Amino acid sequence: MKLATLKALTAARAQGREIAVATRLADGEERLIDLTEPPCDDLEGLAVRMAARDDSAPVELMGETWFINVFNPPVALVVVGAVHIAQPLSRMAAALGWAVTVIDPRTAFASEARFPGVTLTHDWPDEAIAKVAPTTRTAVVTLTHDPKLDDPALQAALKSRAFFIGSLGSKKTHAARLARLEAAGFNEETLSRIRGPVGLNINARSPAEIAVSIVGQIVETLRAGSK
Amino acid sequence: MDDDKVLEQAEAWLSEGRKVALATVVKTWGSAPRPAGSQFAINDAGAFVGSVSGGCIEGAVAAEAKESMKDGKVRKLSFGVTNEQAWEVGLACGGQIEVFVEPVAWEPVQ
Repeated sequence: MKLATLKALTAARAQGREIAVATRLADGEERLIDLTEPPCDDLEGLAVRMAARDDSAPVELMGETWFINVFNPPVALVVVGAVHIAQPLSRMAAALGWAVTVIDPRTAFASEARFPGVTLTHDWPDEAIAKVAPTTRTAVVTLTHDPKLDDPALQAALKSRAFFIGSLGSKKTHAARLARLEAAGFNEETLSRIRGPVGLNINARSPAEIAVSIVGQIVETLRAGSK
Repeated sequence: MDDDKVLEQAEAWLSEGRKVALATVVKTWGSAPRPAGSQFAINDAGAFVGSVSGGCIEGAVAAEAKESMKDGKVRKLSFGVTNEQAWEVGLACGGQIEVFVEPVAWEPVQ
């Protein structure tokens, strides 16, 4: 790999830009592919399609084998509610390389002391999520149990392309939540995007265990297509 | 050291004047522990970051990577059940892995 290629890759990753590098396996010849630009040839077209599946693979082109390595930006996790569970959840997400944002207008909850090194915002959840602008690499999880905070967050998330939307709360709480959102104009199909109660059923009890179940369910959804 | 920052670590080593080689999983068959695209970087002092398997072939890959730093040539390595080396390196999981090894910051030699 040329130094210029390495520097371009690390710069793109630092900026959260999608990028791929194609390497001809016979001799190491390489091409940098900007995945945010429309593809100009077959190699670039293949790279764009592979990036959509978060996949890297060798391809045969004109009798040559090229390896396309896709560097997608990290998964973004947006947590609504700087509650106890949010603390282990944001630490675990960081360990997975995810970019975490914790939203809570209550400054006593969303404090640097409680969330060292985590991006915090005290905006109201719908505004905060609009600012984050969720993509197909974004997961949104609400943890407050408070309709004043959770509902606007879920409404904003449902209008986005977030690949995962989850909401904490008992089955009863979740049923009431769905009824409110339906009254607000969301149909059943749209509401089926919300995983509630969020998390895999692993009999979790402590905040850290619940965080494991949530992280596990996000990974399960992220990798659903890659068997 | 953050295990996901393989390229960033490679860049840091280069800026310290180290030689660096990069190994990338380019193809897998069966139950390979790391998917295509997984990377491992090593410097001329023997420090490494990342992985191309669950730890079973890293030693063999590291040896080839050091050679590539010296001769500036790329290499394509295969490990698997059909390869005798699989027993030597202990790839017991029954999968096959193809790894591309390249020196970093060296112009490819024809």
